[in-house]
Parts: sequence; structure tokens; C-alpha cells
Amino acid sequence: MKRKFLALCAATAALMVGATAAQSATTLETVKARGKLICGVSLSTPGFAAADDKGRMQGFDADICRAIAAAVFGDADKVDFVLTNINTRFQALQSGEIDVLSRQTTATFSREASLGIDFGPTVFYDGQGLLVPKSLGVASAKELTDAAICTLPGTTTSQNLTDFFRTVGGKFELVVLESPDENRAAFYSGRCEAISSDRSDLASIRAVANNPDDYVLLPETISKEPLAPAVRQNDSNWRDIVSWSVYMLMAAEEKGITQANVDEMAKREDPEIQRMLGGADELGKMLGLDSKWGYNIIKGVGNYAEVFDRNLGEKTKLGMTRGPNTQWNAGGLLYAPPVR
Amino acid sequence: MSDTQVIPAAMEAVARPARRSEWRSAYLGTPGNALVTLVCGALILLLAKAAFGWLFLNAVFDGGSDACKQSSGACWPFLTDKLRYMLFGFYPFEEQWRPLVALVLFLGACGVSMVPRVWGRGLLIAWAVVILPGLYVLMAGGILGLTAVPTSKWGGLPLSFMLSFVGLAFALPLGIGLALARASHLPAIRVLGIGFIELVRGVPLISILFMAAVMLPLFMPDGVTIDKLLRAQVAIILFAAAYIAEIVRGGLQDVPSGQFEAGRALGLHYWQVMFKIILPQALKKVIPALVSLFIAFFQDTTLVTIIGLLDFLDTVRTALRDPDWQGIAVLEGYVFAAAVYFLFSALMGVYSRFLERHFNTSYR
Repeated sequence: MKRKFLALCAATAALMVGATAAQSATTLETVKARGKLICGVSLSTPGFAAADDKGRMQGFDADICRAIAAAVFGDADKVDFVLTNINTRFQALQSGEIDVLSRQTTATFSREASLGIDFGPTVFYDGQGLLVPKSLGVASAKELTDAAICTLPGTTTSQNLTDFFRTVGGKFELVVLESPDENRAAFYSGRCEAISSDRSDLASIRAVANNPDDYVLLPETISKEPLAPAVRQNDSNWRDIVSWSVYMLMAAEEKGITQANVDEMAKREDPEIQRMLGGADELGKMLGLDSKWGYNIIKGVGNYAEVFDRNLGEKTKLGMTRGPNTQWNAGGLLYAPPVR
Repeated sequence: MSDTQVIPAAMEAVARPARRSEWRSAYLGTPGNALVTLVCGALILLLAKAAFGWLFLNAVFDGGSDACKQSSGACWPFLTDKLRYMLFGFYPFEEQWRPLVALVLFLGACGVSMVPRVWGRGLLIAWAVVILPGLYVLMAGGILGLTAVPTSKWGGLPLSFMLSFVGLAFALPLGIGLALARASHLPAIRVLGIGFIELVRGVPLISILFMAAVMLPLFMPDGVTIDKLLRAQVAIILFAAAYIAEIVRGGLQDVPSGQFEAGRALGLHYWQVMFKIILPQALKKVIPALVSLFIAFFQDTTLVTIIGLLDFLDTVRTALRDPDWQGIAVLEGYVFAAAVYFLFSALMGVYSRFLERHFNTSYR
């Protein structure tokens, strides 16, 4: 009996030592040893992360994961998606269940400061907006007086509305409905005059209306929601890999490199393109990656514009315009630091 | 004992008029009865007509979401397009025959196990040694040339069945143990039993799932993670065990204490008295309550969505959010889910009534 107990203790101790050893490895080593990236995405947000008919994860956030997998392994499919929801997302990252969280998560001060996580670059600039029927004859949110506004539960959404209407001196009535379906139905049936959510979300609500042209998205953006991937704190090598995988997508768009022309572009003499695609310098080695990491990302998922258009763009049912998510030289906010 | 058996027999006679004349008088005997019958009959006809029209006459059988948008009837293309996702979730598409086979084998094994003639120790061993490990290997793979599929990709109907049925299969012995502990004469064991039962019953299932999903990993040493599905499964087992314990306790209290004393006087050990005399009677009495609990749990497992697992109802819900179908096939999705849940819940109910009859005759 005693011997058994001792053996059990020894086994437990061995397990814990093994576990500690596993943790002291960097995220990149762990990921490489595993042979797969584990990426936390949302349960089901069409356009960002949702299953297609074959149960394959599709969407903007999912493609960010694929880009990172392509950078690490040279294969965009070496990624396992773990479904996380609003309540479990940060914990899944903290406990090491996932390597990176790519889940429509707004980067904020307190999250970065207190949750033991670091945010990568903003991949999508979102903001809370208001959608109204055209028949209401309103051109600005400031003209909404005593309007009933439908929202999903969530403290920030209603807080932003309260803040906004306090600053403009208007009044509103909040109608909080639990499910997105109910919310939409209440809005279409006229129970509320306006519906408020992130603009990306409103675009999809408008897209599925019987006649989308009957509704207008008001110009005001009443909150800033920069959506960014997150990693565990204190692993700057891994954070660099995630950040530069995202920057590579943006830089490729700026340089006109696409999934289709990447092989041809790799032969160009342009020194910056050479650095990005791994022809000249071996920049990837500095991050512990293959020197062709940039090439692999573009070959695997395409550039930022391609990722956006495929999942959210005007040819999809969501029909989003690029808005602020355009390149800096076209008046947008996407600005990748130089790859050199 | 004899009193309790006369009453159900008498009630049955009231509830089931045997002859045609009694039927006529029950439904059309008085003007009031006739009116109620007519109104109900008309309502049923109207409903059936509307349902038939929705399901078939006005329904869209092929085409895409645009065709469905125009039509007022059921949208069958939604179901056919999304069927495999709704049933199996994120399980790799090419490998979906595996959960299908697992599901069929599981239901088949359940069906066989329902027959009283095959009950026995052998069946229990078959489940523990062959069936459950076999199903696990089929789903998880990694050996025998099957590609490994991590549990994070399991979803849909197999996951619902696994969480609820495996959960209840493990919770039942645990619950019986807890009920015995609570009825024990040893204070330490009794206090432990009561403590566990009241603690678990005093907390909603959601918070226990949260504890398992969010809190537990933070207490683990760095780098050690327990599979999320396993955590949810254990949480469900512990939760169900507490409720089963209370139901079984009700059954135990219904067995006169004289039987226990008589057993001990015959020189039987405590466990012999329990397993051969007390529990068979106690469990027989609580079958309806246990089955209600089982049905409730089969449906409650849907809560695992809050910790990021997609069971059957959740795969249906997420399928509805596909931008191609959003807002078009809401009713179809939920009707499909309701039909599946109803089918299995009704089967459990029918089997429970069969069990009651079976035990009544064999112990009369």
C-alpha cells in the first residue's frame, strides 16, 4: 500500500516536472513540437468564424489563424480551431489551451494591463453604429429623439449609447433582447426604431432584410472597437510572429502581391518584395521561422484585401465596404511597418 | 402492497373505456361533450392542414436560399445542405462516417440493452470493455489506421448523446452510492453525502460547467490542460449524481425499515441486504422520476454551449446564422431540432412505461 502511494507520488511529481518543462518552452517551440497551431475563434459569427456546409471553419478571424500557421509551418491548414465564447476566451488563452485568440476581440487598456495577455495589431477597425429604417427620415443619430433602440445584452453596448446620448443631450429607450434572431425580428417588425451594434454586425443585419435598401446605417460611430488577435503575455517572440503575420497580409496588399501572382512577384527585382518573400535576406530566421514565411502566408491565404473580400466584402452576403479598413495611402488605417 | 396495485388497475379502467358505446358516450354523450369534441376535431384538422401545407404543398424542395425567401412554406434545401453539419458539427467532413457509425452502433447497443432478457453482468462488462471504448476509438481515432480527431472537433448529435447518456450511466451508480451514504448510520459518511448533494444541488448547472471550464484550468500546474470535453463530462456526472441520489433516497425511504432489519437478522451483510432486498424495490419505485430526470438531462446538455462545445441544438443554431440562410430558415432549423429531441425523449418515455409494467408483473 505504502509502496503504491510512493509510486503515485513519484508519478505525480514526474508529471508536474514534465509539465513545468513544457511550459518553460516558448510558445513557438510548443507549437512546432505539436505540429499544429491551436487557435481560439468564436462559436459562430458569419464572416469572422463560422462553419461552412462541410463543417470547415471559414471567416476573417479563421484566416488570420491560417496565416500564422502558414508562417510557422508553411501550411495554412495546420491549425486546429477551438471554439471559445465571450466568457471563456481569455481563460483559454491564459491556461495554454490555445496559442492565439483570434476572436473579434476589442483591444482595450484594462484587458492588456490586467488579463495577462498581449494584443497584436488591429486586424479590423470596428465601431458601434445605428441602423434605422429609411422611412424614419433620419440622417444622423443626433436626430433620434425618444427612440426605442434594440440591442443585445452586454454592458458596453448600452453604456456607449448612454454616453453618446448624454453628450448630445437626447433621450432613448433601451430594448434589450437575448438572441440575435429576436433582436433582428423586433427591429424588422418595428418594435424599435433603431438597432445598435458593431457596424460589421449591422451590415449583416441589413444584408438579410427583405429589402436592404429600406434601411440606412447612420454615419455616427459612437465607440471605437479595434479588433485584434491576442497572445499570452511575456512571450515576445510569439507575439512578434503573430504581429508580423498580420503585417505581412497588409504589406502584401500595399505591394500588390496576391495569392495568384506571388510566384511571379517573387522573381521581381524590387528589394522590398525580395525581403518580404524571402528571396534576399533571411528575415524569417530572426523570428525562428522559415525564410519563406512571407511567401507561405500569401500563398496560403492571400493578402489582406483578398482575406477581407472573401469573407466580408461586397461580393459576400455580408456586403461590407472596407471603410476604415483600407490602406493608409488610400485614406484608411492599415499601416504595416516596413519589412526590413 | 396489495392496496397500491388495486388503485392503478382501477384508474386504468377509468382512463380507457373498453367498448365502443363507452367511447361514444365519452365523446358525444352530452351536447357539451359533443361540442368540445367538434371544436377540438376542427382545430386538429386545421392544424394538420396548415402543417401539411407548410411541410409539403408550399414547401421549397430544391433551389437555394433565394427560392426559400420567396416561399411561405418549409425550406427543405436548408436541411439537406446543412444536415451533415447539424448532425456532426466540426468533425472533419471526409471522416463523418465515423460519428455516423458510432451513433448507429450506440443506438443499436442501447436498443439491445433495453431487452430484459439480455440484462446481466455480461452486458455491463460488454458496455465497459467493448462498446464504450470501441465508440471512443472510433470517434477519436489515432490507432487502427484512423486519423486522430481531437475532441475539440466533436459536435452535434454524437456529442449530445455522449454528454447525456454516458454522463447518466456514470452518474447512476454514483447517485445510488450517495443516496446510501445519505441514509447511512455512520455520521461521517452521512455528513459527507449530505454535504455533497446539497452543495451540488444548491448551484445551477451553468456555474458548475463554468467552474469546470474556467476555474479548474487556473488551478492546474502551468502547461497542464485537461481535455475540455472531459471536464464538462465530469461536471455533468457530478451534477446528475446529486439529483439521482435524492430520487433514489425517496425510493429507499419507501421501503419499510423492517425489511432491512429482517435481512440483517437473517445474517446478511449490509451490502447483501441493499443489493438483494432494498435497492431492487427502491429503484423500481422511482423509475418514472428517474426517466424524467434523464429526459431533462438529455435536453440540459445544450448548456455546454456556454463553455464552447457545440451540441446538437447549438450546431442547428449556428447553422441558422450562416449568412446564406440567416433569417430565412429559422423555423425549419428549430422544428428539425425539436423533432429529433422529441423522438428520443418520447422513446425514453415509452421505455419507462414498459419498464414499469415489466417490473409490476415480475414481482407481483
